[in-house]
Amino acid sequence: MSDLSLRDGKMPLTQKLLELNWLLVLVLCIVASIGFAMLYSGSNGNLDPWASRQMIRFGVGLGAMFMIALIDIRIWLQFAYPIYIIALVLLASVEFVGTVGMGAQRWVDLGIFQLQPSEVMKIALVLALARYFHARNLEDTHSIRGLLLPVLMVLVPAGLVLKQPDLGTTLLLVMGSAMIFFCAGVRMRVFVVSLAAGLGSIPIGWQFLHEYQKERVLVFLNPESDPLGSGYHIMQSKIAFGSGGVFGKGYMQGTQSHLNFLPEMQTDFIFTMLAEETGLVGGAVLLFLYAVIIAYGMGIGIQSRHHFGRLVALGIISTFSLYVIINIAMVMGLLPVVGIPLPLVSYGGTAMMTLMIGFGLILSVYIHRELVIPKRFSGFD
Amino acid sequence: METEGNRYNMFSRRSAMLLGGKFSLFALLAGRMYYLQVIESDQYLMLAEENRISLRLLPPSRGRVIDRFGVELANNRQNYRVVLVPEQTQSVEGTLSSLERILNIDDRQRRRILREVGRKRAFVPITVSENLSWEEFARVNIHTPDLPGILPDVGETRFYPFGPAFAHVVGYVGAVNEAEINDDPMLQLPGFRIGKTGIEHVFEKELRGVAGNSRIEVNAVGRAVRELNRQDGQAGEDIELTLDAEIQNFATKRLGNESGAVVVMDIFSGDILTMCSTPAYDPNGFNIGLSTKDWEGLLNNPKTPLINKTISGQYPPGSTFKLAVALAALESGVVTADHTVTCRGKIRLGRHDFHCWKRYGHGKMDMINAISHSCDIYFYDIARKTGIEKIGEYARKLGLGSPLGLTLPAEKSGLIPTPAWKMAVQGVRWQTGETLISGIGQGFVLSTPLQLAVMTARVSNGGFAVRPRLTRKTDAPEKLNLEDIPMAEEPAYLGISDSSLAVVREGMNRVSNHKRGTAYASRIRQKGMQMAGKTGTAQVRRISRAERLDRVRKNEEKDWIKRDHGLFVAYAPVDAPQYAISVLIEHGGSGSRVAAPIARDIMHETQKLDPSHRSRGSLETTSDNPANV
Repeated sequence: MSDLSLRDGKMPLTQKLLELNWLLVLVLCIVASIGFAMLYSGSNGNLDPWASRQMIRFGVGLGAMFMIALIDIRIWLQFAYPIYIIALVLLASVEFVGTVGMGAQRWVDLGIFQLQPSEVMKIALVLALARYFHARNLEDTHSIRGLLLPVLMVLVPAGLVLKQPDLGTTLLLVMGSAMIFFCAGVRMRVFVVSLAAGLGSIPIGWQFLHEYQKERVLVFLNPESDPLGSGYHIMQSKIAFGSGGVFGKGYMQGTQSHLNFLPEMQTDFIFTMLAEETGLVGGAVLLFLYAVIIAYGMGIGIQSRHHFGRLVALGIISTFSLYVIINIAMVMGLLPVVGIPLPLVSYGGTAMMTLMIGFGLILSVYIHRELVIPKRFSGFD
Repeated sequence: METEGNRYNMFSRRSAMLLGGKFSLFALLAGRMYYLQVIESDQYLMLAEENRISLRLLPPSRGRVIDRFGVELANNRQNYRVVLVPEQTQSVEGTLSSLERILNIDDRQRRRILREVGRKRAFVPITVSENLSWEEFARVNIHTPDLPGILPDVGETRFYPFGPAFAHVVGYVGAVNEAEINDDPMLQLPGFRIGKTGIEHVFEKELRGVAGNSRIEVNAVGRAVRELNRQDGQAGEDIELTLDAEIQNFATKRLGNESGAVVVMDIFSGDILTMCSTPAYDPNGFNIGLSTKDWEGLLNNPKTPLINKTISGQYPPGSTFKLAVALAALESGVVTADHTVTCRGKIRLGRHDFHCWKRYGHGKMDMINAISHSCDIYFYDIARKTGIEKIGEYARKLGLGSPLGLTLPAEKSGLIPTPAWKMAVQGVRWQTGETLISGIGQGFVLSTPLQLAVMTARVSNGGFAVRPRLTRKTDAPEKLNLEDIPMAEEPAYLGISDSSLAVVREGMNRVSNHKRGTAYASRIRQKGMQMAGKTGTAQVRRISRAERLDRVRKNEEKDWIKRDHGLFVAYAPVDAPQYAISVLIEHGGSGSRVAAPIARDIMHETQKLDPSHRSRGSLETTSDNPANV
């Protein structure tokens, strides 16, 4: 890695392509293909309506990922704050022009397509925080004054998302940011105090939860209390899981999923279908592949010479891992049903797009890992 | 760059910690998967199977009820019906409106259909109309392309080919009501029918059969996806009755509009060949469902069409009871057949006059004449000499006063009074006058037409205690609770001497075949088929002293409800008895005028058909078979 071009970023395109982490791309494609196979099974052996559209989305996403990967990482550093501001404005505008979907305002109609500003914010917040800490010393993260701005950068969008209301995304934003703070070197006691404060505020926060959110939590705590009502999803998901056994019921043979006992099997509960049809073996393989992706992501972060790249890779891979852990824990009845999809596998366009952009950034960090970026970077020469 | 190094070290350390944390969460997830899919797997597998497999009952064909020659009295007919599957139409209302142009659907039906549509899942078929005629069904079939959601369907329904003729014996089936639901899941099937009365009720278990079942894979909303396997049920047993449909139909027709009852039986086997009660009802109507108006019409009809008069109707036997009184007198030795009484139209006992039906008397009567003329004065006399206890004893021997254990519900016991009974029920001592009027089958004495037929059979078969039976099945269903009735497999000898029976039979012979016998006008002329009978006329109402002084009203002059019941019992042929009959016409007037002619025609028909000497399969050879005419 002593190549000078790697250090100053003046690489020809072919070199950038060679520097691309193709192994990570391969694993991503394998995981997405598992998703296609499950969607194909979910519609009883038909490409329609899910599998074919998911393939197209993944293809588009892959293209976007490569494009972003090849863009100089410093561009992202330069535009981190403007992107964050735009995302914040979009998020605030949801309040006024948002479309109501699933009982919550989450979408904004941009004429050509519908945008989910909270998805944009997931990336924008990581970029903004990375930029902030990139320009600070370790000592700054130890002072309250140095933490005031980044904390606000997290709390403002989190508050807006919570108001939509979207508890799941709010928690993702907060927890993802917390991991960035953690790795940026914020002192342990700050986390301990915050966690204590957070736990202490649960009884107060409970009052502000919507009825359906309260119900989800209560049902999670005791799913058998209402087997035909809200506990139905969790119960049926556990039945599907357990009945899969070690080797599963066979591809396209899942009774729980194919006879519609399983709710939302193409989105949030797709892991359940996988576990029912391919058993413990299939579930473990997918879990392993996710672990590989996460390890790669973290590894890329550690390999980066610049703090911005480290924090971007870490922030994105942390959000990704939160998705994986929360979704799988949810379908196995370890967490309440919060409506978080399984990344790369669940059917859905917006989440796929966000993920691929995120991986594009990670790959960009990898390509530009040897770059030396000064703390006070304010643009190209 | 000291600070950059610090930042990097911190980042690397914390990243590794974070990665460790994430991987430990992954390990937790893997542990949970292991727990669900390995440790708890069996339990969840069972739950998944319960989820997806649903058992559907396949109701068996109900057994038929057939007569002794295999003629179907109750069978199963194809039920042409139309069902609606709501999910297959965009507008249930619209489809019904289109259907209304083809079929008649009234408002009530329409409301019921819409109610069911609201209550059931959209793929569950809802019955729109049942028991359609072939034409209606064909019309719907032609129009199905224009009727989205409408499916023509063929089911099975109970059918009674002879309509009312066998209603009281065979009974009918109807929808299961709440109280009848037990652990048999078949009863909860929509549209399932259960025997409500008669043979259909008594032999419900045998007729119903055993349900099969089909294991079906269903999805989360209960829709059948495919059949996994099927176990066929067992069709219900056929119940063969002792009846002869031809005689029963003849008797029904012969009774016409009268309110009456006819029982014809074999005097040796006890086979009931005809058990007919009129008016009756159409059991097919009950199966389909009666309107409130029709039901109330049946309920309030003074001729009681819902009651089987042959076993549930209790009437004073009138002069037919004289057979029992004569036997009691002879057997207890108080008189002989030569005992004579001179009838002058009335006798006096204490302060009361007891009248003969013949106002100016019969003159000098011996027992045989007294039977053939039905002289009341003679029987007052021998009844008083015999006493009510002895009369009762012989009446009971002949089958009166207690249920005979026929396999039908609601059999009545009749009443053979004793002084003890009167003391117990009314708290008053027995009066000698009551013995007198009991001697002519009036007063407290009550009997059913079946009991009178059995009495006649026992007199004519030489004193064997023949028991009536409707089916050759010997195991009486427990629901009738017949334990207290001794069921003799073989008729037991009653212990009445042949000579006494001969006297009574000669009296009966003369009733029908002697010029001055009370039923001479209704004799059977055909040689070898002559019958011997006994007339009876049961007063419904006591004739008042004032009326008797003026003039005894003729029956035709009275209101129908106040007229006498006409009775006639007989056996035939005279020389070699085989069949016994009892006829009752409610408020029909005198037995000789109204009951005897009906008995004659039915007895003649019975002997021509001679069911006791004809085997199954020889039905077609009968010349009188209506099909051959």
